[in-house]
Amino acid sequence: MGVDAASAVDVSPTPPARVRLRGWGWRYAGRRDWACRGVDLDIEPGERVLLVGPSGAGKSTLLRAVAGLLDPESAAEHEGEVLVDGHPAATMRGRIGMLLQDPEASLVMSRAGDDVAFGLENAGVPGDEIWPRVRAALEHVGFPYGLDRSTAALSGGEQQRLALAGALVRRPSVLLLDEPTANLDPAGTSLVLDAITTALRPTEPRNEASGPLGTPNVSGTTLLMIEHRVDLAAGLADRVVVVEPGGGVVEDGPPAEVFARRGAALAQAGVWVPDPWSPPMPDWQRGPGGPVRLRATHVSRTYPRAITPALRPANIELTAGQATCVTGPNGSGKSTLATILAGLVRPDTGGSFLADLPHRPLHRWRAQQLCRRVGTVFQDPEHQFLAPTVHEELLLGPRRAGLDTSVTQRRVGELLDRLRLDRLAGANPYTLSGGEKRRLSVATALATAPDVIVLDEPTFGQDARTWRELVELCRTLRDDGATLLSVTHDTAFAAALADQHIAVHDGTATPVGPPQPVPTRDRSGL
Amino acid sequence: MIITGSTEIPGQHSPLGRRNPVAKLGAAFIPAIVLLAGVDPVSSGIVVAAALASVPAWGLRWTDLIRRGWPLGLAITSIALGNTIFTGRKGGAVLVDLGPLLITSESMAAGATTGLRFAAIVLPGMLAVLTIDPVDLADSLVRHLRVPPRFAYGSLAALRLAPLLATEWEVLGRARRARGLEAGRNPVAALRLFGGKLFALLVGAVRRGTHLAVAMDARGFDARGPRTCARESRFTRADAALLLVSAGVVALAVTLAVGTGTWTSSLR
Repeated sequence: MGVDAASAVDVSPTPPARVRLRGWGWRYAGRRDWACRGVDLDIEPGERVLLVGPSGAGKSTLLRAVAGLLDPESAAEHEGEVLVDGHPAATMRGRIGMLLQDPEASLVMSRAGDDVAFGLENAGVPGDEIWPRVRAALEHVGFPYGLDRSTAALSGGEQQRLALAGALVRRPSVLLLDEPTANLDPAGTSLVLDAITTALRPTEPRNEASGPLGTPNVSGTTLLMIEHRVDLAAGLADRVVVVEPGGGVVEDGPPAEVFARRGAALAQAGVWVPDPWSPPMPDWQRGPGGPVRLRATHVSRTYPRAITPALRPANIELTAGQATCVTGPNGSGKSTLATILAGLVRPDTGGSFLADLPHRPLHRWRAQQLCRRVGTVFQDPEHQFLAPTVHEELLLGPRRAGLDTSVTQRRVGELLDRLRLDRLAGANPYTLSGGEKRRLSVATALATAPDVIVLDEPTFGQDARTWRELVELCRTLRDDGATLLSVTHDTAFAAALADQHIAVHDGTATPVGPPQPVPTRDRSGL
Repeated sequence: MIITGSTEIPGQHSPLGRRNPVAKLGAAFIPAIVLLAGVDPVSSGIVVAAALASVPAWGLRWTDLIRRGWPLGLAITSIALGNTIFTGRKGGAVLVDLGPLLITSESMAAGATTGLRFAAIVLPGMLAVLTIDPVDLADSLVRHLRVPPRFAYGSLAALRLAPLLATEWEVLGRARRARGLEAGRNPVAALRLFGGKLFALLVGAVRRGTHLAVAMDARGFDARGPRTCARESRFTRADAALLLVSAGVVALAVTLAVGTGTWTSSLR
């Protein structure tokens, strides 16, 4: 491998490779169902293929197979073959580049330059060739900092750009993208998609004299990608392949044709179908409003050893029957604001109060009392899971709050039905799918029937179907009189739901349009 | 000894701070190993004095040393105090006599000697560790000590995840409060809560670690061919000199201790 990779990267760009799957199937050890089965697929050199399918269709497994990263020992059974330029994928690793979902778990080194160099060191590229190639790769993906930049100081989008440079610097013949924007906010997503677009754009004909140190020319690289936001990534592909759980390839062709034929079915299955073929977004409806329910006065917070405050003094009022969306860039302090409003974090100044109990700030409440009035849904559902089964998970909050058993049983039964969790009541929360975990985490917050519900990025990483369900559920809760506060990057979600917007920027929270059903008395921030 | 994700390592331009990490660790190990063999105030005192005198040459400021080394200072003090109180040597002048608590001049000396010895063993190591960049350490371990790259760079990658775990720990605490779980003043509940959080943290860490391993292998980390290194790790004459000076100081310290008759072997 060392010899073949080293000689392959020394010469000018490696030609794009052909990928071929024949009757391929994979069943993981300990699983009853095949992750993929009966997949036949031919990808010509230089083609750009977007792999689409509902969650659980084995897309990631397929991608890992092409990357040669599947360990046959982790399979209970596997069949067929995956070939890259006629050789088994596992022997072609040096010619394959891959970008994974979580940039935090893709970077190896503490300095940006060292991280990009990592893949070249592994390939045995001589030391003096490494740095020119690293610089060229960083420039190619539009990395704005120097080689010494700390990888921990980068935003998610920047980290993912760096990881892309780390893949491209090896001059891959096949580039595989495994949901590269799934963990990013909208700004990070466009940063990464732009970088991929630029990287795929054919570069000028190479000057032979420039030798092996030129730009990592990947024009015409074979591309195979999965992207959670199919609607955003469809423009990168010239071919779309639809796979179904256990059903292999069910549709294959140019994007416009595939979505025209199958768009509705895909949307039904939860795929984010691009615009002309996607169902219309729900319209905005105003909430009923009501009396003030939660009032935060002069709340602020500065984290230990931070130079600037995470949140400058802010005054916020939330009413019954009202949905508020808190928006702002990463690190702007919006999560700090939400956790303070929810009584989970102690503010340095001020406090968050329920209007009917105005003397005791929520951060001083005992947890058992707090969960009865304020329900919080965290961004990562797993952070909230405490019980061995879904049913017990729902019973836990009401028990802690000391609520009446028969009322609780009835309420938990209703929640299981309403959030389509009834058939999963006996399952372990950790084994659920992404959408199911989200629904369960919302249900746990609702189990104690709180009248204030705080949601941190509720729609993050969700498929189109769960997204619509969340919008519907939030509306119903609000119309029934609950006070909703969502921290979100999701402008479509905010547009469909918000009666009040709070924009947070550099620790300053400011209420902004649209027309307020309930006027806010205090301008917060100053 | 706190390792963070920051790339700011002090002393990278100072005469000792920029020495090869392997040389630094070697220079710290020599006094540690020799002083394990003997207990006496002279040799320990000389090593501590030499280490303290070398602090500016490592490019460390005294404030850095205090800020990051105070747990060790605390350990040294408590070891010295503990030995003063519990030593069997109670001869000499009585200084404090409160029934079971008897402190004499001899027990004071025994405590101070033990504390000084502990300081002499750990202080050089602390100076080395505070000025070592983990990346340089991995490079030079692989190059000069033939440590397998899979181990050295694998550990380095895992180190990057440590600050993430700290953040995760806080979020887990908040998530539990939101679910109505809080220990309050009940120690049993606190222990159970801690166990639950630890488990959730481990589940997350294992998952991240698995993803990291896939990402590293996707960049050829498991390739069997020869691996190169983008950064040069050199072992120069100055690095050798650092080792020699360390050995020299220790030799002098032991000679003086034996000469003054204070050297007591702890190997019997």
